[in-house]
Amino acid sequence: MKAESDIMSESLLQFFGNVTASISHEINNVLAIINENAGLLEDFILMEDKGIPINRERLKTLAGKITTQIKRADNVVRNMNKFAHSVDESIKRIDLCDLLKLMVTISNRSASMRGVSIELNTPENPVFITTNEFFLENYLWSCLDFTMDAVDENKSVVINTEDSENCVIIRFSRLKGLKDTSKTTVSQVTRLQDGLLGALKGRLTTDTESGEIILILLKDINRPITQ
Amino acid sequence: MRVLLVDDEKELVSTLAERLEIRGINADWVLSGEEALALTEKKSYDLAVLDIKIPRISGIKLKKKLQEKNPNMKFIFMTGHASENDFKACSIEMGPEFYLVKPVGIKTLIKKMNEALKIQGSVL
Repeated sequence: MKAESDIMSESLLQFFGNVTASISHEINNVLAIINENAGLLEDFILMEDKGIPINRERLKTLAGKITTQIKRADNVVRNMNKFAHSVDESIKRIDLCDLLKLMVTISNRSASMRGVSIELNTPENPVFITTNEFFLENYLWSCLDFTMDAVDENKSVVINTEDSENCVIIRFSRLKGLKDTSKTTVSQVTRLQDGLLGALKGRLTTDTESGEIILILLKDINRPITQ
Repeated sequence: MRVLLVDDEKELVSTLAERLEIRGINADWVLSGEEALALTEKKSYDLAVLDIKIPRISGIKLKKKLQEKNPNMKFIFMTGHASENDFKACSIEMGPEFYLVKPVGIKTLIKKMNEALKIQGSVL
């Protein structure tokens, strides 16, 4: 039987693999688009050799499309870099809003495959927390994955973040599917509490009536709240 | 040859269709499985090039649905997500030679199309 720490290590590696696979998929799509646009430019040149004049406007449009895709790839790579560096330090001070934005961006492809949209609302000012960034990324990814299967007919997950003195509250709402036990069960949500949530010293509660799951995190993982 | 291209990347699928048209291949494109099913109600195709990861209906499920409607239709899978599981699933459906990983050169694609249709012909 595997020890809990082995199971957690496996789960963390699996998460890292899932995210990098999703990012490489995105990069492959960008490369494929650039490949086709560059190929079309070559086609135009070959056609000109056969006496068909090149339409300069089309050339301008194609160059613009290639530039757009390069910007898209640049964003993907920046996010990948940010994600890769999240394992540099085990515990550090981070802006939770930035982290949520990153995880929503990374999860967007998976959401789009399921026909789901993710709406993220964060406070105007940064919300700094001291935590294990990589564990939190993994936990948020799991929450998003779960919530995408529990959406109502609007097919939208809404995430709200609240800042309080010692903790932050992240609410995943519009989850009417939480009531549908054939689709999702409370035990599936509570399973998320194992391992990672313990390491993050966080708490997860579900409200099937209002269709919400609520994640509460300490602002400083090193300073548990004393009763 | 009438070809249907299905991929949720509009820039990719529209440019690919234009390049196939330049080479004398009639190509239509759609962005989802639902659109592909609707279009094949009105038009028939010899071959479909399907992305595996498309919203809501996977490329593999879509292939099965299209084949039910048109048993003679041939298929090629094209993906940016080269996972072992997808490769195995697509190989079972069509054979490993019709599983292509993006980016794919136009000559390779047309060669695979010809192979799929068992047409002997020169490739531009």
